[in-house]
Amino acid sequence: MSALTFTLKTRPDQRVDMSPLVCHSLEKLELTDIAALKLQCGKRKVRVDELFTISGYDNKHIIIKNSFAKLDYIGKDLDGGMIYVEGDAGAYCGMGMKKGAIKVFGNAGIYAGCEMKKGQLEIEGNVGDFLGGALAGNKMGLKGGLILVKGNAGDRVGDHLRRGTILIEGSAGDYCGSRMIAGTIAVMGYTGKFLGHGMRRGTILLWNEPKLSASFNDCGSHTLAFLPMLFNSFSQLHSPFANNENAFNRVQRYAGDMSEIGRGEILVRIVN
Amino acid sequence: MIINGVTIDATFAEAFPMKGTRAIITAQNEKWAMIAAQAMTGFATSVIACGCEAGIERVLTPDETPDGRPGVAIMIFAMGGKGLAKQLETRAGQCVLTSPTSALFAGIDGGIRIPLGKNLRYFGDGFQTSKVISGKRYWRIPVMDGEFLAEATTGQVDAIGGGNFLVLAQSQPQALAACEAAIEEMKKIPNVIMPFPGGVVRSGSKVGSKYKTLGASTNDAFCPTLKGSTKKTDLSPDIESVMEIVIDGLTKNDIDKAMRVGIQAVCDLGSENGIMRISAGNYGGKLGPFHFHLQEIMA
Repeated sequence: MSALTFTLKTRPDQRVDMSPLVCHSLEKLELTDIAALKLQCGKRKVRVDELFTISGYDNKHIIIKNSFAKLDYIGKDLDGGMIYVEGDAGAYCGMGMKKGAIKVFGNAGIYAGCEMKKGQLEIEGNVGDFLGGALAGNKMGLKGGLILVKGNAGDRVGDHLRRGTILIEGSAGDYCGSRMIAGTIAVMGYTGKFLGHGMRRGTILLWNEPKLSASFNDCGSHTLAFLPMLFNSFSQLHSPFANNENAFNRVQRYAGDMSEIGRGEILVRIVN
Repeated sequence: MIINGVTIDATFAEAFPMKGTRAIITAQNEKWAMIAAQAMTGFATSVIACGCEAGIERVLTPDETPDGRPGVAIMIFAMGGKGLAKQLETRAGQCVLTSPTSALFAGIDGGIRIPLGKNLRYFGDGFQTSKVISGKRYWRIPVMDGEFLAEATTGQVDAIGGGNFLVLAQSQPQALAACEAAIEEMKKIPNVIMPFPGGVVRSGSKVGSKYKTLGASTNDAFCPTLKGSTKKTDLSPDIESVMEIVIDGLTKNDIDKAMRVGIQAVCDLGSENGIMRISAGNYGGKLGPFHFHLQEIMA
């Protein structure tokens, strides 16, 4: 079946709220109905066909072509189906996703995958701050599912992370895993300052030695049985995380943040 | 019916519904996985006094276990779900949690979920942490040799207990040799266990006793030393020893298969090795709804 494709005609000056264009909302609509939907663009409401050329009919598979960094809320609250973003995605991509998958072939803006509940968000490029985090004032970030970033991530990755997994092939900025409640963040590259700041529980898994705050205590080197199972769960991903050579079970364990309840852990690979 | 000189009695084994579950124990090597498995399935020959029937189903290779280490699959059967859950938890806590390098995983994905590591986690005194991996929750409990990893729950399913057959031989060594041969073959069948020591029971029981406090007593009809003293002996003069193999399994089909290969192995030894008859224990159809007719199984 031919995927429902939205091809951006010209780049508007104002940001666009793409949240109406998700699979489950378009399920029972004809192309003419979809074309007549209104999208918020700056302070104006514009018809979908004013911004996009629409083709295809399989609304379980949506392709957004010529996408750029001002298309916000792509896949917001997605409840099944697949969205491919050819180009960059704006802010809040995959926010509150319940089911399904989103793949961004370019970069994504701030708050990607924030407060996501389930499903999979994959970003080929770099991503902005608050990846998988909680919206300002909210207490829970990512609650389930998996986020895979092939590039680098900004600051505050997994802020208030509650459950689920964030995998970053590149590096992460400052305050990675800040205020984590639980869940897993894995960073293959490097991490910035204040790693795990205020984290309560959860695991930050690192391939490279981080700069740790004084509120993390060294628990020694260990072989942990759950790590092979965790890596095994990544085996279906198209990512170095699926590569056996990158898996390990021997780690240096740091407990923290001791200024919080201190049940979190930072596990750093020990190279044999 | 006669196979290789062995008479297959026109009778049936009578079995009853149970609740069953499977758990997978892994360890640093097969030796320690087996030690934990043997401890967990110890004192679990009969529900009459043990509270459950348990046994080792088979040894698992590293590529068959969730954590890629050598493992052993064990199965536990009990008369009800509550009893099963209690036995599973107690045994896991005392026998697997305590066993060096061990980890414990669910062996049945479907069914009603019953706690495996879910409550054992409190041993961690607040230092325990959970990880959800591929939709399954695991508990990491800090222990003195590192971490004890246990899946939160396993599956409880309907099962059948009490499938059996009796081997009647001219001598005790011949009866035992035949049972050993049967057990060797029956161990290859999945989803079944033979819960008695080495899979063989020499003290088959009947329901009831002359003593009011006992619910079961020796099966005098099959006791060779009572041939002249009990009114209801089922043994001919040439039979000097009887041994029984009891089978618990997940389905009737699984027990059918196990009985078939077991009886066949006994019959392969034949009358020339002193095997005279194959019979089965039943209570006139009053005990359980599952009847395993020997001649139908061997047809």
